[in-house]
Amino acid sequence: MITYLLCFILFLTGLYGVITRRNLIKIAISLSIMEVSIFLFFALIGYVEGGKAPIVSPAEPDQLYVDPLPQAMVLTAIVIGLATTSLLMAVIIRIYKKYKTFDIREIRNLRG
Amino acid sequence: MNPVIPILVIVPLASAFLTMVLGRLIRNLPKYFTSVVMLFLVIASFYALIKTGTGLSVYKVGGWEPINNIPVGIYMVLDGYSAIMLCIISTIGFLSAVYSISYINRYTGENYFYALFCLMVAGMNGVVLSGDLFNIFVFLEISVISSYALVAFGVEKNELEASFKYQVLGAIASFLILFGIGLIYWKTKTLNLADIRETFKAGYDKTYYIFVQLLILSGFGLKAAIMPFHAWLPDAHSSAPSPISAMLSGVFIKAVGIYVTIRLFFNMFVISEHVAILITSLGMLSMVLGVFLAIGQWDIKRLLAYHSISQMGYVILAAGAGMILISRGEKPEIAALAIAGGLYHLINHAAFKGLLFLNAGAIEYTLGTRNLKEMGGLSAHMPVTSATSFIASMSISGIPPFNGFFSKLIIIIACVQARFYLLAILAVIVSIVTLASFLKLQRYAFYNKTRHKEDHPIREVPRPMLFSMIILGILCFLLSLLAFPSLRESILQPAVDILMNADTYRSKIIGM
Repeated sequence: MITYLLCFILFLTGLYGVITRRNLIKIAISLSIMEVSIFLFFALIGYVEGGKAPIVSPAEPDQLYVDPLPQAMVLTAIVIGLATTSLLMAVIIRIYKKYKTFDIREIRNLRG
Repeated sequence: MNPVIPILVIVPLASAFLTMVLGRLIRNLPKYFTSVVMLFLVIASFYALIKTGTGLSVYKVGGWEPINNIPVGIYMVLDGYSAIMLCIISTIGFLSAVYSISYINRYTGENYFYALFCLMVAGMNGVVLSGDLFNIFVFLEISVISSYALVAFGVEKNELEASFKYQVLGAIASFLILFGIGLIYWKTKTLNLADIRETFKAGYDKTYYIFVQLLILSGFGLKAAIMPFHAWLPDAHSSAPSPISAMLSGVFIKAVGIYVTIRLFFNMFVISEHVAILITSLGMLSMVLGVFLAIGQWDIKRLLAYHSISQMGYVILAAGAGMILISRGEKPEIAALAIAGGLYHLINHAAFKGLLFLNAGAIEYTLGTRNLKEMGGLSAHMPVTSATSFIASMSISGIPPFNGFFSKLIIIIACVQARFYLLAILAVIVSIVTLASFLKLQRYAFYNKTRHKEDHPIREVPRPMLFSMIILGILCFLLSLLAFPSLRESILQPAVDILMNADTYRSKIIGM
């Protein structure tokens, strides 16, 4: 149970970072932390106590295996996360070129 | 098995790729190619709508058949509800693509624009068709990532800022959804929507279940810009190029937000009254506050974006009212009426809000400004834009011969019959405030004295843009025909039946 709790704390750490940081890059890093905590959660829910890697062999019919589906989902989610993060970074670089700052308090053209 | 299902996803996906490859070799190809592809999708989706009727067809990706009646592979499901959504996506998508032929000249990198456009359509079609929770997430991310890029397409200060905001909030929404999916998978050990419902029906831990529902609701609520989660929408929708604004407001928030929320809460979760009341009050909140935020806006696209929040409030409210009645187990025919009204308003909103954003784009194209205070007297110079914009404005504010009136009327009648008098009164008041706000738009943009500088003559916009606006204007009239009982039964009723009878939905999918 403690691992799940730590995983959730990691999620909240990321959320805290997104809310409080003023630097665009740090916001992106915080988002990545949130993302990783969820990947960790997925890896945890697939784990079975005493399970082996899920390569089924007919020789051992009673062998326990870990659930392979969350791992497949995590792989997909990591690829998606890569795309999101790289796009976010590209936009941050463009913002830096236009505004000459990473400070979010100075990037506020849109209001109301 | 229905061959239309994979085609609807594969064709836009492949054309996104082909646009990038062939666009380098042949100039001017992407713009016409995209329009042709979208026209094909229009035909395919209407074929799907007619062919589906009250039935339901399943496509199993990779041909994985169920083992012991437990679904193994990824299921793509086409039913009445998704067919309606597909028709909305492809129609608005086609008209936006035609509109873009002239509009997008002012940007560089047309190939990227059309490739992202096709990718977004592919993602939305995938979301609408999938009957698998994780598959919904994957397609949602495809469409959402391309929409992030499209919002930032102008790469000026405002566009980048809006895109950044949108990306951060969108990423949080995606994480909440993914977290919810993880929690659901943990307890049910399946990802198929119909199968998950079976497990939930058998019994569940109540607090856990409500936590999952709240995660899913806030995740998709962020994507749909329901009221407490709306902050990104006005920025993102007003900064995108106009055809993309029309897509985002007219289709995108519906397909990845409203559609999925309604689908999951009706067909996957077992509806509980608390959550139904929560959803209804969120809908009410966004309906009322959205319109009051809209009324003070002077940026024409921001004004329209706030109205999107308000109009989506109507849909959520109608669906929520239906959910309350279903969870209480009383008056199923009124619940069906409320849901039908909500779906009808969903269709209508795509037509008139798409048209309004295209009008705003036409004004921006000729004048180069979005500020209402710098416009005026355009009706003499731009008769078509003015006329279509008038139709759309009257339609969104619910003036009788146009489609918006009938859908609002159905929602209000359903609310009165269900004795939710407060909701009915608020819906009427919001409709009146909407009318006031659009009279302001009409007056300042089209009828006042000319305020802009007379350094270049104001002409009507090029033909492709006119074509899209006129077709949508005609649709605003034609869609009011859906209010007739016979048409309503043949088009809206199958969708409502699917949502109302979640158990037949389940048995049909599992049985196949």
